[in-house]
Amino acid sequence: MTETSGERIRAESSPAPRISRKALFLGFLKIGLLGFGGVASIARHVIVEDRAWLSERDYAAVLGVGQILPGANTVNAAVMIGDRFHGASGAAAAVLGLMAMPIVILIALAALYARFSALPDVRVAIAGTAAAAAGMVIGTALKMARRLKPTRIALLFGLLAFAACGLLQLSLVLVVIVLAPLSVAAAFLERRA
Amino acid sequence: MKGNILWQLAATFASISLVAVGGANAVVPEIHRQVVDLLGWMSDETFASLFAIAQTAPGPNVLVVSLIGWHMAGLAGLLVATLAMIVPACLLAFGAGRLLARLAGATWIAAVQSGLVPIAVGLILASGVVMGRAADRGWLAVAITGGAALFVYGSKRNPLWALAAGAVVSIVAARLGLAA
Repeated sequence: MTETSGERIRAESSPAPRISRKALFLGFLKIGLLGFGGVASIARHVIVEDRAWLSERDYAAVLGVGQILPGANTVNAAVMIGDRFHGASGAAAAVLGLMAMPIVILIALAALYARFSALPDVRVAIAGTAAAAAGMVIGTALKMARRLKPTRIALLFGLLAFAACGLLQLSLVLVVIVLAPLSVAAAFLERRA
Repeated sequence: MKGNILWQLAATFASISLVAVGGANAVVPEIHRQVVDLLGWMSDETFASLFAIAQTAPGPNVLVVSLIGWHMAGLAGLLVATLAMIVPACLLAFGAGRLLARLAGATWIAAVQSGLVPIAVGLILASGVVMGRAADRGWLAVAITGGAALFVYGSKRNPLWALAAGAVVSIVAARLGLAA
């Protein structure tokens, strides 16, 4: 039963194209390399449009699962997509591809910073970039909140998480362990109501 | 001493990795709390600088952790911190991904998601505020943070423009003697 229903599900969603480990590695290499300011949008472009590895719906499902797990969403998606085509070695190829170029670039930037951080202009520029980077994160969060169109309960939990970590600086582990089950339970009840 | 630091990097980031609902940007306050407040590894200013550099590199936001590792213990630190942050979450994604792939679209997944996503967004907002405080060196920094937030919120352009503008504005202001 599982065999036939599995086959049927597969036929309804993306056909499973033949994708080599090398192709996985190179595809995620491109995502990592082009993902300035976050990889989410470029990841969708490469996976769904450029390489056509997954249908839009399948990719949304992978991202959805990635989102309920800890860790970077795109890294989780890389693990699951790599696994889908080549098991554990595919997952490793995808994650290595995703991380390789950013880490090389990061080491270069860090070396440059170490070398030139004494220059007044560089210090000032980095301080300005840091202030802007903080604003970038705030803007991203507000944008996500707007897109979510949160219910009152969702808004409450979002604000609680914000206040606990952002204002009171409580331990994240504690905050997530307490708030996550409550928020999920509330979402369940809200759906049933 | 160095072995000790590597071990601390591994332990710190592996534990953060497993609660990083919403990705690395959601855990910046926790990283800041541990690295600056509890362990005293670096100043607010250094932390803000490392975060800024990580944001200018492409790739997933976990790179801020790589950079902290590099700052503390060079290349070995970078590798240890990055692996500690990525491997536990990857193993979980591998196992859970197989389990959940069959259930994707099930209503309870949607409910779990709608419970977790608001928390993730709240945590990311907290990250921005904590980072803004770490980067705060007067009215100009606050103005840049606010401007960048508005730009990212209201525009679909690449957020890297906001980072570049922040750098340029501060250099110009410093040259004109407007702000330190």
